[in-house]
Amino acid sequence: MLTVADLTKSFTTPEGGRVEIVRVPQFALAAGEQRALRGESGSGKTTFLHLIAGILAADGGRVKIDGVDMAALPEAKRDRLRADKLGYIFQTFNLLQGYTVLENVLLGMSFGPRGADKAHAIEVLGRVGLSHRLGHFPRQLSTGQQQRVAVARALANRPKLVLADEPTGNLDRVSSREALALIREVCRENGAALLLVSHDDGVLGQFEGMQDFAVINEAVSKKT
Amino acid sequence: MTLPLIIYRSLRQHALSTLITAGSIALACGLLMTVWMVKTQAQAAFVSTSTTFDAVLGARSSKLQLVLNAIFHLEASPGNLAWTDYETIRKHPAVKTAIPIAVGDNLRGYRIVGTIPELFSDVEYAAGKNYAVEAGGKIFAPGEREAVVGSFAADRLGLKVGATFNPFHGLAFDEKNQHAEVFKVTGVLAPTNTPADKVVWIPIKGVQTMSGHDPRAATDVSAVLIQLRAATAGFMLDMMINKQGNRMTLAYPVGAIMTELFGKISWFDRVLALVAYLVALVAAGSVLASIYNSMSARQRDLAILRALGARRRTIFGAVVAEAASIGLLGAVAGYGVYFALLAGIASVIRVQTGVVLDVTSMHPVLWICPLAMIALCALGGAVPALKAYRTPVAETLAPVS
Repeated sequence: MLTVADLTKSFTTPEGGRVEIVRVPQFALAAGEQRALRGESGSGKTTFLHLIAGILAADGGRVKIDGVDMAALPEAKRDRLRADKLGYIFQTFNLLQGYTVLENVLLGMSFGPRGADKAHAIEVLGRVGLSHRLGHFPRQLSTGQQQRVAVARALANRPKLVLADEPTGNLDRVSSREALALIREVCRENGAALLLVSHDDGVLGQFEGMQDFAVINEAVSKKT
Repeated sequence: MTLPLIIYRSLRQHALSTLITAGSIALACGLLMTVWMVKTQAQAAFVSTSTTFDAVLGARSSKLQLVLNAIFHLEASPGNLAWTDYETIRKHPAVKTAIPIAVGDNLRGYRIVGTIPELFSDVEYAAGKNYAVEAGGKIFAPGEREAVVGSFAADRLGLKVGATFNPFHGLAFDEKNQHAEVFKVTGVLAPTNTPADKVVWIPIKGVQTMSGHDPRAATDVSAVLIQLRAATAGFMLDMMINKQGNRMTLAYPVGAIMTELFGKISWFDRVLALVAYLVALVAAGSVLASIYNSMSARQRDLAILRALGARRRTIFGAVVAEAASIGLLGAVAGYGVYFALLAGIASVIRVQTGVVLDVTSMHPVLWICPLAMIALCALGGAVPALKAYRTPVAETLAPVS
């Protein structure tokens, strides 16, 4: 499903120097597999997810999703591939505040291959327990409910790969456990692979396939 | 669904600036259309009204004053002609119709014009249209103290068939200058949408012999309205009366004199149009500024949309379409401004001159102007759209961890 090879990314520091954030020689995720990456803040795991999602251009290397090299595609095709194959759950949810719950999900779908399917959007929102909140705006929801909207939006397009960046970082312990179970369950139902990054041992402990990001990211290994 | 939803939500989120900007566009668009339409309509209406007669003969004066006084019933009469002058021109082989008029009195501000019944029976005020009196009325008899009232004047003065009135001396109403003669209304003219509608018509003898008027002018006329048998005859009469003579003036051709008048005051149209263009430019600038200023606040939303799979060109298109939508709102409201302004101006022109502008008439400017306004707004939106286009997704969404 996902293969990463020789992926590198560095940034310019305020002092004008360069600092390498990501150097991943090899990484793979099979279809339907659920994997968690453990990493402290600043370890480059969000950058790694951004590189996989194609919202950040790599300095070098390859990111193949379903056999298509994301890094080799022009930007417009990367956007299309992201809309077609990926679902992204952000730590801060990144919901569109001026749009209703239903519109947030519909907009997420509209860039994908099936377009905005209202019936399916309502069904997915029902799946995450938000059937009664379709017309609400994000600010009218609790943090846990906003998280569920983000999950619904990421999964509504039936993506092949779901990237989750600290998806429970803003939730309390109980909500966090429930949200994680929901994400994993819906991914399983849809046959989507899940790549989750977190620094929370409570979250990471629930994954059989947990891996330390520092082990696969040589840039971090070198710094430490 | 995507683009309309993005545009709608964005306009809702910035409702106040949207309304203010659309309002300024409406004003610009409405002003531009009004200036253009009043100019073209007024010119067309005045020129078409003045084509009823080919020429006006009057005392030595400016041609424009003669036309304004004799056809549009504005301005003072430049002086009188003797009845024999009228007879001479009437009998001229080149003249088809000659209608004498005499002015000098009013009825509560509405001009009283003395004339002969042939004006109503022999003259078409527009192609194929003769004067007609409303049911129950008739044209005045030449030797009687009778009157036919124009439709607008009758309405404003509350005059009906059978009503009587005393004229007032002078062209401006002064209650102290009432004449002793009593005239009876025998008919009300059907509306003609010409200056004739705001005139009280009486037999020419009535004006000539009104008490208080100079008895020496009892046979004089103020002007003679002329229809020629052939257009070329006008140049011959022009040569004879204006160039070889020095006692009378022949205003010919009437249409050209009116066109010349509009040419002389065209600077006023141009100033108004310039003001409207500037307002349009400022409105487009305010579209640019209001969207551009909101860009910082919207960058996160745009980055989220990009992360969800929206292409750069979708984002660019959404911002340009939003600007165009503000232009569209303004253009639609501009029609309201246009109709309100035009109706007001048309009403003033009608009261002042009797000439009626057709507020419902169509002209290409009525679609060119709104479309140009929308295009200008879309152009203004291109600048913030470029900023949106360049939104860095990863940097905007989250700091690098």
